Amino acid sequence: MAKTEFPKSIISRPVYGELEPRNGTSHLLIADGEGGQAILDVVAKADDGFLDRAHIIFIPKDTKEKYVSKLESLGAKQCYTGPSYEAAVSRIRRVLSDASNGLQIYLAGSEGVMGQAQREAMNVGYPFQSIQTEHRGSKARRMQCVHCKGITEDVITDPFVCSHCGLNLFVRDHYSRRLAAFQGVCIDAEDPGNVPDPVEIL
Amino acid sequence: MSAAKMNVRVTDVVEVNDLVKRFRFERTDGELMPTFSGGAHTVVEMDDNGTRRLNPYSLMSSPTDRSAYTISVRRDDEGRGGSLFLHNHVKAGMEMVISNPVNLFSLDLRGRKHVMIAGGIGITPFLSQIKQLSAANQGNFELHYAVRTPALGSYVDELTSQFPNNVHVYYDDQNQAIDVEGLLSGQPLGTHIYVCGPKGMIDWVLAQATAAGWPENCIHYEEFLAPEPGKPFDVELAVSGKTIHVSEKQSLLEAIEEAGVDAPYLCRGGACGMCETNVIKSDGEFVHNDHWLEEEEHKSGKKIMPCVSRFVGKTLVLDR
Repeated sequence: MAKTEFPKSIISRPVYGELEPRNGTSHLLIADGEGGQAILDVVAKADDGFLDRAHIIFIPKDTKEKYVSKLESLGAKQCYTGPSYEAAVSRIRRVLSDASNGLQIYLAGSEGVMGQAQREAMNVGYPFQSIQTEHRGSKARRMQCVHCKGITEDVITDPFVCSHCGLNLFVRDHYSRRLAAFQGVCIDAEDPGNVPDPVEIL
Repeated sequence: MSAAKMNVRVTDVVEVNDLVKRFRFERTDGELMPTFSGGAHTVVEMDDNGTRRLNPYSLMSSPTDRSAYTISVRRDDEGRGGSLFLHNHVKAGMEMVISNPVNLFSLDLRGRKHVMIAGGIGITPFLSQIKQLSAANQGNFELHYAVRTPALGSYVDELTSQFPNNVHVYYDDQNQAIDVEGLLSGQPLGTHIYVCGPKGMIDWVLAQATAAGWPENCIHYEEFLAPEPGKPFDVELAVSGKTIHVSEKQSLLEAIEEAGVDAPYLCRGGACGMCETNVIKSDGEFVHNDHWLEEEEHKSGKKIMPCVSRFVGKTLVLDR
């Protein structure tokens, strides 16, 4: 599956590129789902020696076994496959706290995982502009309800129901790097119950 | 748009060493100076026997002190004359015009650690940055400062006595050099590096940091270029309908201003991008000296930075 093309939107909406190997003393590659292919692709473009300094963290999600053995057999210095982002986050924090400048960061897959991993890197002072990202697979979004502040993961329709307070929320392109989430705003505040039919997020 | 200006009086001129003098400015209207952040500069206007000179100088005073601005100026005997004018003609009590502060070299306070590398008079922006960091107790910084000799080490004593654990001084005449490669290795994530000094030093540090895989956004530098002299040339200003002559020692921007055409500028040193000007027509070679335009833009012949760049050829028509 190739990288995703998104329609042009407001400036707040993150844009994603295509992973390219960069010069670095170490490489941290984090992906979920179809992002596994993006890791395989960037490794294929890299010079010898890249994998000796690479740490891959992969969360297969729906892709199950599709990429796991391919990634594990690459020969990276470390390769971790885990059941969820939550299970992987303590490892990500540890890698970031042990790393020194010269680390290159590559993120691929869903917006939710890339955004949260980017936030961890930002929390240790890594400039977000220097992190490479490539969107692959599901267009599901991580949404914050601006009313109750609860986060609903993997939102695939607009509008959707907040999993915390139950309001009907309109999916905005307005994004917060600090929260690693898009904003969801009540769509029927002035006319309760008048909720358009949900459509799939593009 | 250019930065607003203010009228100031020189309250002190202090000889720091054989090459450097310090100037202190207060506003003539008694108001407070505008606030600034560490690394900012001001453009000082000079009337040097009818020649108008506008030179950028880094502010070295504390950003929390709004009573005055101070700058330190190294005398450049080979230069175009701005520093010589300040050294030889500017005395306490004189009135001058300076610009509001502009910062093209600010600290990235999201960083966890700031590694500063200074060469010679390149120390000045770091003086205000260090004052800002220490006043706000955000003090995780280290300064590596290369000077020619102990006698020419501006502010070395002040820095080493106040920050003995943060400041490292290297003397050229004792064959001491900054170990850039060693300095860059093993720094924690979130370390930012800042360089100000001679071109060779800046290029060396940038090359080393890039080779070591440092994130681009963690690397900061400032170099004000003085406009290089060159062959005189003529320019047509299409919008104002004037044809001007740029003399040998004059910059294109200065010639535009002399003709009474209001052109935007901030740094006058090829760094900020404010004076970027579109070229309507040209027949000749551009001499691009700026840090602002991309290489393709330099090659395109469609843009020029009149503060430092020149032209050799028959025709140049600018959208100004």
